Parts: sequence; structure tokens; C-alpha cells
Amino acid sequence: MGLETSFGHSYLTTRLDAAVNWARKYSFFNYPFVTACCGMEFMSAFASTYDIARFGAEYPRFSPRQADVLFVVGTVNEKLAPVLRRVYDQMCEPKWVVSFGVCATSGGFYDNYATVQGIDKIIPVDIYIPGCPPRPEAVLDALVKLQQKVDRESVLDRKYK
Amino acid sequence: MTSYLLETVKSKFPQHVLETHAFRGDETVMVKKEALPEVAAFLRDSLGFDFLMDLTAVDYLPREPRFELVCHFYSSRHNYRLRLKCPVEGNAPSVASLTPLWAGANWFEREVWDMFGIKFEGHPDLRRILMYDGFEGHPLRKDYPLKKRQPRIQHRD
Repeated sequence: MGLETSFGHSYLTTRLDAAVNWARKYSFFNYPFVTACCGMEFMSAFASTYDIARFGAEYPRFSPRQADVLFVVGTVNEKLAPVLRRVYDQMCEPKWVVSFGVCATSGGFYDNYATVQGIDKIIPVDIYIPGCPPRPEAVLDALVKLQQKVDRESVLDRKYK
Repeated sequence: MTSYLLETVKSKFPQHVLETHAFRGDETVMVKKEALPEVAAFLRDSLGFDFLMDLTAVDYLPREPRFELVCHFYSSRHNYRLRLKCPVEGNAPSVASLTPLWAGANWFEREVWDMFGIKFEGHPDLRRILMYDGFEGHPLRKDYPLKKRQPRIQHRD
């Protein structure tokens, strides 16, 4: 990193929270739970043009057990709700959820017998991204906001006790 | 304007055809429910309609007969299309299955059963295809409550 030329053989002190959060927020492994057309925007946001590797989140794991951030991308209906719940339950702490697009956030314009009116009826959500679909800039903005949120957390925090 | 298809069906089944009309090349025959299998078999075997493109239904509540079954046929040999409709009563609606004639009718009829609750007599495996087990009612019926939800798992607050 070039630090060694300035510091040589010396020590750095920090708080545990700061060190751990610094590592966590710049190495999100995300799990894309893609159900609808927002998936195409998700792909473009995660492709080379927008270079999400700048934020350390370029590595999707297609297993919830290895993921930190659950991206719920697209409409979730009542039939799928138990599946989403189960995927979320399989993720290890620490875990965060991003609701990608209006359908995941509120049901969007689908207000009918089939559609869950927002995934926060099923699982807790950390960041909501509006848009139908969201611009990649909005996705990157959400990622930065999630990093800021992670920075405020403590290693002692747990979503479930 | 006379249409070959409409005239043929009308002259073959004068007692079963309720109505025919054609709009900009889209030809429609309305038949009595009881005659549906007979007319459909004639379309397939004599007029060359080898492809059932779509089978669906419409709810015309509060009209009686309440439902209308709509079938779209296509003939790949002649490049003909025909829409066949039949009224279905609102009380315990049921109609003969087209599965023996076109195997592709199987899932269409399951969808119509799922969404409208129209029974298909002679269908080999009539159960829901889109909605989940335990779902009550038929959501595309006009009297299905607009805001009714049937969650499979408990929603958070």
C-alpha cells in the first residue's frame, strides 16, 4: 500500500470497531436475488462501465451462506416470499439487505393479490433504492450509503439475539 | 364480406353457432358450450387447425352467462386463424376439456381453472398452476376482493 515507506517497522493503534468495519465495508460479498427486469440494470451496474470494484463490492456469491449483502432485485410475490425468507435466514451475521427498485421496495405498481407490498414485510431492509429501474448511479449511491451505515455499527451488534 | 371459415362453420353447425363476426380479418365464432368439443374437433380434423395458440376466459360479471371461454386457433398449413368463444354459466361453471384434441390445452385449462374457477370435464390433472397450495378463491374473478392478500408466511408488523 506504500504505507511501509512512511511508517517502516512501527505500530498503528485503532479501535476494533473501526478496523473491522473498515474491512467489512470495502469487501461486500453480495447475493443477487434477482426476480425481474431490474436484474438487467443490476448487471449493468455491476459490469465494467460503472466499475463497482471501486467500492470493493464486485464479487457476487451465488450462495447466501457466503454472502454479506442480499440484493433483492425485482418483484417478490406471495408465492416466493418463503423462499426469500429462507435465503435471508441462511446468511451468516453480519448481513445487510438492499431493496433494489420500487417493486422490491413497495410492490411498485403491482398492487394485487399476488405481490408482496415491499420486501420489508418479509425481512428487515437496510437500504432502499428507488427507480423503475434504478440508474447505476443510484445503485452506487446506495452502496456508499450502506458503507456509511456499516461504519456506524459495532462488532457487538446483532440483528438477532 | 363473406368469410370462408365463418360460412363453413355456420353451415356445418347451424344449430350450435350463436353468432359470428369478423373485424379487420379477425374472425370469431361464438358457439354453445355443449357444442364446443364437436366444433373444435371439426376445426382440427376438417379445417386444418393444428395449433391451439391460446385458451383463456373472461369474467363478465354481472352478466349471465357470466363467463366466456376464448380459444385461439391457428392452422400452420393454411395460415388461418380463428377465435372460438363459448358462454359459460356463473353457477358452478364447467366446460368440456380440449386436452384430448390438443395436448397443449392442458396447462391453459389449469390456468383458467386457477384464475377463474372454471372446471374442465375430462381434464387429466386439473389443479392450480400459478397460485400456491392453500390459496383460496380464484383471483381473476371480478368479485375477488381487490385488496385481499393470502400470505404464505407471517408478514412483519
